[in-house]
Amino acid sequence: MTEPAVTDPAVAEPAVNEPAGNEPAVTDTATPGLLSGGWPTPAPGAAPLPRMVRGQAALELRTLARNGEQLLLTLIIPVLLLIAFGHENLVSVGTSNRIGFVVPGILALAVLSTAFTSQAIGTGFERRYGVLKRLGATPLSRRGMIAAKTLTVLTVELGQFAIVLLIGALLGWRPVASLAAAASVPLLLLAGTAAFSGLGLLLAGTLRAEATLAGANLLYLVMLGLGGVLFPLTKFPAAARPVLRLLPAGALSDGLRAVLAHSAGLPARDLLVLCAWAAVAIALAVRTFRWE
Amino acid sequence: MSNLPAVQIDGLVKRYRSVTAVAGLSLRAERARVTAILGPNGAGKTTTIEVCEGYRKADGGTVRVLGLDPVADARELRTRVGVMLQAGGVPTTARAAEYLRVMAGFYAHPLDPAELLAAVGLTGSARTPYKQLSGGQQQRLALAAAVVGRPELVFLDEPTAGLDPQARHATWELIEGLRRGGTSVILATHYMEEAERLADRVVIVDHGQVVASGAPAELTGSDGQLRFRAEPGLDLAGLLAALPPGAIAKESPSGHYLVEVSDRVDPQLIASVTAWCAERGVLARDLQIESRTLEDLFLELTGRGLRA
Repeated sequence: MTEPAVTDPAVAEPAVNEPAGNEPAVTDTATPGLLSGGWPTPAPGAAPLPRMVRGQAALELRTLARNGEQLLLTLIIPVLLLIAFGHENLVSVGTSNRIGFVVPGILALAVLSTAFTSQAIGTGFERRYGVLKRLGATPLSRRGMIAAKTLTVLTVELGQFAIVLLIGALLGWRPVASLAAAASVPLLLLAGTAAFSGLGLLLAGTLRAEATLAGANLLYLVMLGLGGVLFPLTKFPAAARPVLRLLPAGALSDGLRAVLAHSAGLPARDLLVLCAWAAVAIALAVRTFRWE
Repeated sequence: MSNLPAVQIDGLVKRYRSVTAVAGLSLRAERARVTAILGPNGAGKTTTIEVCEGYRKADGGTVRVLGLDPVADARELRTRVGVMLQAGGVPTTARAAEYLRVMAGFYAHPLDPAELLAAVGLTGSARTPYKQLSGGQQQRLALAAAVVGRPELVFLDEPTAGLDPQARHATWELIEGLRRGGTSVILATHYMEEAERLADRVVIVDHGQVVASGAPAELTGSDGQLRFRAEPGLDLAGLLAALPPGAIAKESPSGHYLVEVSDRVDPQLIASVTAWCAERGVLARDLQIESRTLEDLFLELTGRGLRA
């Protein structure tokens, strides 16, 4: 790091940190505090990566929490569907354990809404408004940007899971509590998150923001309908079932349900399907993502 | 190391498909100085700056920023260089203070965000989301974000476009402060007043090439003008006979006189004009010495105005 020569030593004083939040007057005219004593000298340097990632993720979380449409998508719709379908016999789920069927589906929907739809729309508009371009000129690397997005998605999902599990419990949900479940459920959720994130970023990095918005919402509805979230895959024609189980939403809801409702062991096939989607989608997203 | 210029560009060429945006542009920007790239819209200013920022790869020529390659050494440059894009770059729902705090958090020795927010006149809008700020406020937030990490060099792309005069002067003071503190500034602008006031060196570009460069006074100071008012119908041929060779005298409109010389207006010229008037009992009023502006220079070099 080189410090350019400064002609007047009086202007070399660094900025003095003043306690924030006790501004004397709220005005919109420039107060010359920084300028009257001379501008501080250059002192470039990057913050530690974890601090940058935390800061960026916190900003993304705060802006998400203020975004009504995103909250509708990630929280309100899943919760309403959980209550409606968990409480009333709106569709025949082919099992007497209705709530045991609905909760795993809603968990899959939570992952789909956050990792895919919400992330695709948010990233699409960040690209459109030059946010990613501008971030590219900060010390936060692209790797750091992806880490911040992942941290944001995982944090939102943890909140969603807590709410869904709480409401499920209130509606009488009693999941299978087994070692296999404790091991399989986090793996399925992580693999599902990776697959949907890859797909979401693939969409956001290649299409215009409006097209991403439309596409992400459309696929949300399609996967809600065909992904075994609320309507059992057994209700579909026998020929269609194997195909639907190869879709990421189908594999995720099917795997969660097998473990949590039917005491299955590790659902290897569903996990494999999700990992394959993740690998292909992320590889494609990395190759095709355009930052502007 | 610190003897290296802030920016050194040699023969930069950048094409977008069939359009050549930058056609062999060369410039050198010294450290701790303000260098203005002045030119009309479409002259290639933004493209040149974006190549320096590492956003675009040059099709020809070499570009060195702080002695480094903008693409290959992007990682190091990101911490040492501040960037203000021509527009956008801020999440639309982020609040002004919150955004600046996050940006400050990316750097090891940032300025205090609250103090910086006050310096750009946004304290009253600290909690306002970016999309609800006025255009000028958005510009000032982007400017604050460009300097919060205490960079060695900042690229400012049209930092005062669309600002009202008061906000423009506040921004100019901030840029002057940066320079006094030792920060190198590269400023793209189409306001000649901005370039004249702020820049140590002005590089005038048109059609992706440099048409003139130098200190503002060097660029404008070679020609002088003397204006005065007097009774209409003075004998201009007689006046010219009393002036150095090469001088021009005009009356336009009636009673308003203009004397142009190829050198600076010097005391001798003023004495000659006023003595000539005095001999005829003519009172020369509103005597004004003017120099050619960058606008005049640009018009002369390209046959077009800067705003055209």
